[in-house]
Amino acid sequence: MTQLPGMLPDLDIIRKDFPILARSVAGGQPLVYLDSANTSQKPQVVIDTMVDHLERHNANIARAMHTLGAESTEAFEAARDKVATFIGAPEREGVVFTKNITEALNLLSNTFAWAEGDLRVGPGDEVLITEMEHHSNIVPWQLLTERTGATLRWFGLTDDGRLDLSNIDDLINERTKVVSLTWVSNMLGTVNPVREIADKAHAVGAVVVVDAAQAVPQLPVDVIASGADFLGFTGHKTVGPTGIGVLWGRPELLNALPPFHGGGEMIETVTMERSTYAKAPHRFEAGTPPIVEAVGLGAAVEYLGHLGMDAVHAHEQAVTAYALEGLASVKGVTVLGPLDAASRGGAISFELDGVHPHDVAQVLDSRGIAIRAGHHCAKPAHARFGVQASSRMSSYLYTTPSEIDAFVEGLEYTRSYFKLS
Amino acid sequence: MATELDALYQEIILDHYKNPHHKGLRAPFEAEVHHVNPTCGDEVTLRVHLSDGVVEDVSYDALGCSISQASASVMTDLVIGKPVGQAMDIHEEFLTLMQGKGAVEPDEETLEDGIAFAGVAKFPARVKCALLSWMAWKDATAQALETTGGKV
Repeated sequence: MTQLPGMLPDLDIIRKDFPILARSVAGGQPLVYLDSANTSQKPQVVIDTMVDHLERHNANIARAMHTLGAESTEAFEAARDKVATFIGAPEREGVVFTKNITEALNLLSNTFAWAEGDLRVGPGDEVLITEMEHHSNIVPWQLLTERTGATLRWFGLTDDGRLDLSNIDDLINERTKVVSLTWVSNMLGTVNPVREIADKAHAVGAVVVVDAAQAVPQLPVDVIASGADFLGFTGHKTVGPTGIGVLWGRPELLNALPPFHGGGEMIETVTMERSTYAKAPHRFEAGTPPIVEAVGLGAAVEYLGHLGMDAVHAHEQAVTAYALEGLASVKGVTVLGPLDAASRGGAISFELDGVHPHDVAQVLDSRGIAIRAGHHCAKPAHARFGVQASSRMSSYLYTTPSEIDAFVEGLEYTRSYFKLS
Repeated sequence: MATELDALYQEIILDHYKNPHHKGLRAPFEAEVHHVNPTCGDEVTLRVHLSDGVVEDVSYDALGCSISQASASVMTDLVIGKPVGQAMDIHEEFLTLMQGKGAVEPDEETLEDGIAFAGVAKFPARVKCALLSWMAWKDATAQALETTGGKV
């Protein structure tokens, strides 16, 4: 195997943790999975932990007064502790389990409308986002501002795919109530200066929401150091299962928000006239939660913790730099976003002149190479660069240099298939 | 596999992709529609001009992959100059081909270059690409018939 400085040691052993990577597709060709920004693959330990829970410990949590109920509750709450440790949350009460990050962001955007006191968003207030957001960090804020009479504003982008901070002092002002931004762009790969923007936002009394869906899988994340007041991510991009996400918030802020969903387990007491509500995190976990998914996520972040997120990040940077080099060698390829690996994550969107992204993805698929094609749920960011759709390759901790080689060869083959000179 | 890929990307499809027929927006027209494929972002703006019960012109502006572009081109070849009823029948036949998962044998008499899309039916993710412009045409034609009270 080609070795690159910074790559994870024993990568061939790590790859054996992910059974799906041994699959062959497209008529017996080895799978080259370069769609991890879409969803990551799962290590055996996550799969086994979930199966074990279902086979041996399955029961509802927090309400069953029997052995299995106690075991299930313990496993679920232990997963919360593992997540808290993984993201540097000082209190486990700040870790709310949600369905995914989309639900986490909708939880916030709805409860900000219903809140009383400082967190309430109403007429005259401003919510600030950026032009590089995923639709899940745009649409909920559009809904909030449309419904409350608040104003939605956003940071534009520079030509090289970074946030345009030139008008930051206009955008962050005394009317700003919420600043919500992505840490790592799912389309451009850009790593944003979250702390710098958070400090500015706090200076005017705004709260900061961070979409860390692409950051938590790739970077060492410390929620306190990040400057975020709320931070969300999703389990399935973090080698965990689908159906589970996390909203971390400073507990005093979570407790100042009203409930999102009403139901079982989010209450203190219920009468026919009214109810009082549990404190965070249970206030936001109405109904039976995705128990086995949470347990699986606990195993996932523990697995990443054992690898070490500094090591995962270094690997991602090494492979990303190698992929950028490979892309630069293909005639007609234009990369969207920053061109230096140090300031970006592992998702690389690109255009291949003369071939539509769907056709690129289709030809690569015929060679066993999985990438994504389309707008990647970031239509405004595509529009900013005058692009209707793009192809995106995204590596992860299990990606090898030879997979990048296969991808680059696949692009050359695509060019010849479509008879480009 | 190259063979399956070749079944998808028939020469006829690549020819229409590189040299699309009837492309561009023209007047006169009775209806204009804009259809998008929300999952991938493919877009088509399409106009229909009907006269004496005949599809006089279909003009369009489209952005998208080779399959969606070629399909728009072939569609205009198939419906322009045909009575609306017959054009709708061709649309139905193309739809049946696309939804047949590769098991439907296309009739070259009716579908002409459209038979090249038989291979697309084996790729479920691409069927919607092939159908985008057809759906837009059907919608625009229905609107055109409505505005003219069914009299064209």
